Amino acid sequence: MQTRRSFFKTLGATGTGFVGATTSASASSTPEADNSQLAMLYDATRCIGCKACMAACKRVNTRAGALEVEQAAFDEDALWDAPAELSGKSRTIIKLHRDEEEWSFVKQSCMHCQKPSCVSACPVKAMHKDPVTGIVQYSRDTCIGCRYCQIACPFNIPKFQWDKNNPQIVKCDMCISTNLRDKGTTACAEACSAGAILFGRRGDLLKEAHRRIERKPSRYYPKVYGEHEIGGTNHLYIAGLPFEKIGLPTLGTEAPATASEEIQHTIYKGFFAPVALYAGLCAVAVRNMRRNGNGDPEPSGEDPGAADESAKR
Amino acid sequence: MSHHEYQKVEGRIFSRSFFILLTFVLIGMSLIVVRFVKGIGAVSNMNDGYPWGIWIAYDVATGTAIACGGYAVAILVYIRNHMRYHPLMRSCILTSLFGYGLAGFSVMVDLGRPWNAYNFFLPSKWQFNSVMFEVALCVMAYSMVLLIEFLPAILYSLEKSKWVRFRRFMDWLHPRLVPDKKAVLDKIERVQAGAGWLRPRLEKILIFIIVLGITLPTMHQSSLGSMLLIAPTKLHPLWHTPMLPLLFLINAIFMGYSIVIFESIISSYSFNRPYESREIAGVSRVIPGFTVVWMLVVFGDLAYRGQLGAAFSMDHLSLWFLAQMVLVGTGSFLLLGARGPSSPRRSPRRLFISAALILVGGAVYRFNVYLIGFDPGQGWSYFPSLAEIMITVGIVSLELLGYLVLVKMVPVLPKAHGAPPLQTQNA
Ligand code: SF4
Ligand code: SF4
Repeated sequence: MQTRRSFFKTLGATGTGFVGATTSASASSTPEADNSQLAMLYDATRCIGCKACMAACKRVNTRAGALEVEQAAFDEDALWDAPAELSGKSRTIIKLHRDEEEWSFVKQSCMHCQKPSCVSACPVKAMHKDPVTGIVQYSRDTCIGCRYCQIACPFNIPKFQWDKNNPQIVKCDMCISTNLRDKGTTACAEACSAGAILFGRRGDLLKEAHRRIERKPSRYYPKVYGEHEIGGTNHLYIAGLPFEKIGLPTLGTEAPATASEEIQHTIYKGFFAPVALYAGLCAVAVRNMRRNGNGDPEPSGEDPGAADESAKR
Repeated sequence: MSHHEYQKVEGRIFSRSFFILLTFVLIGMSLIVVRFVKGIGAVSNMNDGYPWGIWIAYDVATGTAIACGGYAVAILVYIRNHMRYHPLMRSCILTSLFGYGLAGFSVMVDLGRPWNAYNFFLPSKWQFNSVMFEVALCVMAYSMVLLIEFLPAILYSLEKSKWVRFRRFMDWLHPRLVPDKKAVLDKIERVQAGAGWLRPRLEKILIFIIVLGITLPTMHQSSLGSMLLIAPTKLHPLWHTPMLPLLFLINAIFMGYSIVIFESIISSYSFNRPYESREIAGVSRVIPGFTVVWMLVVFGDLAYRGQLGAAFSMDHLSLWFLAQMVLVGTGSFLLLGARGPSSPRRSPRRLFISAALILVGGAVYRFNVYLIGFDPGQGWSYFPSLAEIMITVGIVSLELLGYLVLVKMVPVLPKAHGAPPLQTQNA
């Protein structure tokens, strides 16, 4: 498969939202973004790659999220939990991105988009964005397992349990029924001793992100990932490397869900068009029937079906 | 609806093709059992990058387009008022019914949590932003409509049939197993009377159902295109365009007309019936209009979005794109330029080739949108597994099997006029 890098680049180049992203925190957020929602900030320059967040997530969410320990091939005694990718067993992962001279850790988990594609796609409201907290939650009691959310998510976050006969979608829900409820913060943020994961309100975290960049410009790539991408995300990133180098897709500022819903709504606004189409077609069809002499005459006499039958015997 | 336009196909139900198909059905069904016991991953190569495989790309996205014959001919007959195509209606509706049945069945295999599918019927769960919600409800409604459209044929058979097979079955059963022959025959009479009562009443309002059967596919065939609108970063710009709904709609219509030709010629050949040459030649004349508009929209849209270069860059995606255009283009070109129905260009062989080319081209387009042009990012790949393919083959065989049996029990095919094409063995 060829990569889609070049395409992402053109998309990014057209995104005007990048301009002025570094000037001031309050002015730079997209107008629709709700900064009071719950959010997380991941600072790749502080992450030491200890994976305590991964362990904490699995410890806390295994039951509620149907997670599982993943055994590595070399690890015959099952000493470690060693996921290689996000999967139906793991909600969050720390990866190392490295080329000849530079390297960086990066955390991968649900971005809790302001205008999430997965929610827009889900046909039965099994993906749901809480309007107050902004958390994108999943309900396995409603989900039909169609996997449209996987198709829709630009970050490839929702994962499906391919090896189970009662599979479900797995993705971060900010510990809504576990750590967040019990301790008021996410398990990963609580576990991080390096200050690489912060939990709070989006507005505060954006300010903190820009403050960090401003104080040590040499240390950071001068943008906050997630501030404008696809209408803003509640999981924000700052890093020492350009974001495409640490595996974050280069995306425009418009949420794909907005565009697709617009087209769908133009066609189905108030169900007017389909009803009009039906009425119009009915009128034509009925007129045609009248013209043809009020439909077809009733069949009379011997019918072919019965004739066939008797002929056969 | 005039019933003497149609006739049953003669011949044994348990023919050789019946048992061949049955074998495929049984293989497919056993694999489906494996899928429900061990999970989708046990039989399929689908993965988190390619969460939709051929069950969606073929069975649903392409299968329902192939099942658009009923839709396309209904437009011709009831909207454009060409009553002479009416004899084609019934077999088209039946194949549409089976095609949509196939899609529905596949979806049930493909869904991870099918037991939750009842949520589609709970208004509190309705999600109007979801294209899939629209497609799902529309397809379910359309399947019901097709069933009602086909009902007169069944009622007619119930009413007029002498119940030969059933009687023979009763005679064949051990006398002790047959409860009371007289009572059973009485019941049959009552069923016949009921069918006779219901049919004319149903036929009076049938036109409103038929028009519903034109409206619903217009809606969901376009929405099948809208389905991928939400993934602009994954679907290649050759195919991701706001025009997707329009392109899928036109594509469904010309595939619908092509399948009518294709199927008519195949069933003439295999049931040893005369070709419906006049009708299919007429239908073939409608096709180029749709394909030409479709190709113009495709290229116009590419030019507008500045993607023409990608179309001719000759990388593997561009080749798939060109394949889709060349197939549809060649098929339509073969149809153009012939005037009268007796022109050599209207020979069944020629029409068959055209229809097949257009069908394959249209199907390639749908595969391009749902699978080939879909790239979730580095590191993901998908090619269907053998088991996955065999499940699809099994479901398609089930569909063919149902068709084979039904055309022998219910008058479905147009009444034959003229001589049979070839003296071949019965299917
Ligand atoms: S990152 Fe993906 S799964 Fe998470 S909210 Fe956004 S679209 Fe949904
Ligand atoms: S898989 Fe479940 S959560 Fe995802 S879109 Fe389908 S129903 Fe919604």
